[in-house]
Amino acid sequence: MGYAAGVGKTYKMLEEAQDLKAAGLDVVVGYFEPHGRKDTIARTEGLEIVPRRRVTYRESVFEEMDTEAILERRPQVCAVDEFPHTNVPGSQRSKRWEDVEALLTAGIDVLTTMNIQHLESLNDQVWQISGVRVRETIPDWVVQQAHEVVLVDLTPRALLNRIQRGVVYDRAKAEKALENFFREHTLVALRELALRQAAHEVEQRLEDGETKAAPAAGDAAGAHQHHKILVLVTASPKTAMVLRRAKRVSDFLGAECFAVAVQPSGDLSGLPETDREALERHLNFARNLHIETRILEGDDAAATLVEFARRNQVTQIFLTRPQGKVWLPALSRDPAQRVIRLAKDMQIVIVSDREPMAR
Amino acid sequence: MPTEQRRKTPEDFLRECQAEEEESSHKGRLKIFLGYASGVGKSFRMLDEARRRRERGQDVVVGAIQPQVPQEVAPILGKLEVVPLKVVGSATAGDATAIDVDTLIARHPAVCVIDGLAYDNPPGQRNRTRWEDVRDLLSAGIHVIASINIQYISELTDQVSAITGKHVNQTVPLSFIQGADEIEIVDAPPIEPMERSPDEQLQARKYEERLSKLRELALVVTADVVDCQLTEYLERHGIPQQFGAHERILVCITPRANMQEMMSTAQTVARRFHGDLIVAYVRQAQISAADQSALDLKLAIANAAGAHVEVLEGGDPAEVLLQFARSKGVTQLYVGHSQRTGLARLKGSPLDRLIWEGHGMDVCVFPQSNA
Repeated sequence: MGYAAGVGKTYKMLEEAQDLKAAGLDVVVGYFEPHGRKDTIARTEGLEIVPRRRVTYRESVFEEMDTEAILERRPQVCAVDEFPHTNVPGSQRSKRWEDVEALLTAGIDVLTTMNIQHLESLNDQVWQISGVRVRETIPDWVVQQAHEVVLVDLTPRALLNRIQRGVVYDRAKAEKALENFFREHTLVALRELALRQAAHEVEQRLEDGETKAAPAAGDAAGAHQHHKILVLVTASPKTAMVLRRAKRVSDFLGAECFAVAVQPSGDLSGLPETDREALERHLNFARNLHIETRILEGDDAAATLVEFARRNQVTQIFLTRPQGKVWLPALSRDPAQRVIRLAKDMQIVIVSDREPMAR
Repeated sequence: MPTEQRRKTPEDFLRECQAEEEESSHKGRLKIFLGYASGVGKSFRMLDEARRRRERGQDVVVGAIQPQVPQEVAPILGKLEVVPLKVVGSATAGDATAIDVDTLIARHPAVCVIDGLAYDNPPGQRNRTRWEDVRDLLSAGIHVIASINIQYISELTDQVSAITGKHVNQTVPLSFIQGADEIEIVDAPPIEPMERSPDEQLQARKYEERLSKLRELALVVTADVVDCQLTEYLERHGIPQQFGAHERILVCITPRANMQEMMSTAQTVARRFHGDLIVAYVRQAQISAADQSALDLKLAIANAAGAHVEVLEGGDPAEVLLQFARSKGVTQLYVGHSQRTGLARLKGSPLDRLIWEGHGMDVCVFPQSNA
């Protein structure tokens, strides 16, 4: 894991592939993006590279990792560059991380590369930091399944030097890159995120190991089993933000996380089409993050939510910030305001809008 | 408010960097490679950088290497000029070496490599420790690339010995590490225990656990150094941005707040996110003796919990808290449910204001009492 293109992830991955090969393992490169970087290309020397699959889409030819060929070839270890990549439409699996899952299921060990900005739960924070809305994301649970996460670190100054020398990108691309991700303070902030995430990944694996070694000692591992987080899903576009944040917090606390929508009919049938689509999209998004979802029946969203929370021993309710400023909050019909009034015995978390500031 | 409007080219960036460097052109730049154990590859990374710099035409000299050099390092070392360590007194005492500061300053390379910062010098040297020697090299205008393991940072020795059971004596102060111009962590997973007898496996697992804890500590320490650098950069360039890369939790208390639940959640969250915990109280003009003593107790609890405690002044509590929170880059604001009832409630409480105006921070509202 790194924090920007050019920090040396692919190089490091290939180096490890070389070490494993030298140790006698059957290693292939499943996908490699050379970007014209000489030092990196040199690291593939002596490694078997499985040829890419050519896919025609809308009269253009794209090259993708040939997962079936790798499965056929059955190496012990496969190196796969650019974990967050989205495959061209019409591919058997839409995401490269799904291809990697297929390799793992077949018993092939995988080395792969990604940057911190592709982690789903950090999407809003990355937007806040960089002004870039990253589209290719990886759900956190996929990364959590990794046996190891290794941070590939480089100081922003050294990285900017590399870019300036043309090591990372060609000239035109370098200038484009410097416009968004590659401002120095953006790099520093992303690097900090990556370092903290790596620390978290180490801690998580340490605890998993302890729990596995001594399941009875689980209680001592921390106070997390007491936390249960509930998210209200609405048609508001801010729902995705709340789901990401709630999931991140529940992962860090080792808490359970549920997402519920409330509808008078108990399903989405009675809704105008745009609202129904939005709600469906948000519930799907939650499920993709491995958050359990439910649609509750009730005329009063806030009251139904609070009652559900009490019944299920929820400790925290996550909500979006109320829409627009209201002069008489006590009379507001905004669900967030009403939940706050109704659930004075509970922790309510109003999730902030994490938006990039004007620059 | 000055913001960075114009798009920058790589040249702009380097010019900026160079301008900053010229401000302190008489001083060398310090770059530190930080690791969590020997064998993670610090020496290699550092010497590899030295090699690349040398290939780009910089005058590089090695001022200190570890007594045992890893195999892959030897070929790189062979291509670099080495100023050997001085042997002091009788050569029979293994540790009686020091870097040869006088020779290095006289030789005056552009870059000097010091593998291993945490050594005490033998008596009679210009400095007591090697890191002070490095400070002299920097003052003489020589750039230094150095390496150190997390175990050897003075302020961390208690934490480290709690993990490893060993206490180290030769250390470098954290401030010296934090003052480096650049710090880079060399991360690698601990080596996996191999198939062994159950007893050996247990030993190996414990060893791996210890290494993982040190690794986590090294990552967090580096993140903290990076956070300081970010804050400094933003201040220097007048960029009023809040990035939230570091979670900072602000617990707002009142004399009657339900401190226990707030603090226990705040402490858990701070620990799990490796975040900062701040407790603030906005001083009220007239409070009863009972409230005052309740408040004093709460502030004492906060102090004992290791939180930064702040007593703020100002008439409008919500405004004071928001300003303080923004200035500290707070990402999560903890506050009690509003206790207003009846007509007072209609006007909107300070809580409503925190929710409306707390941009960039989550507002967590807590139950007031166990009732």
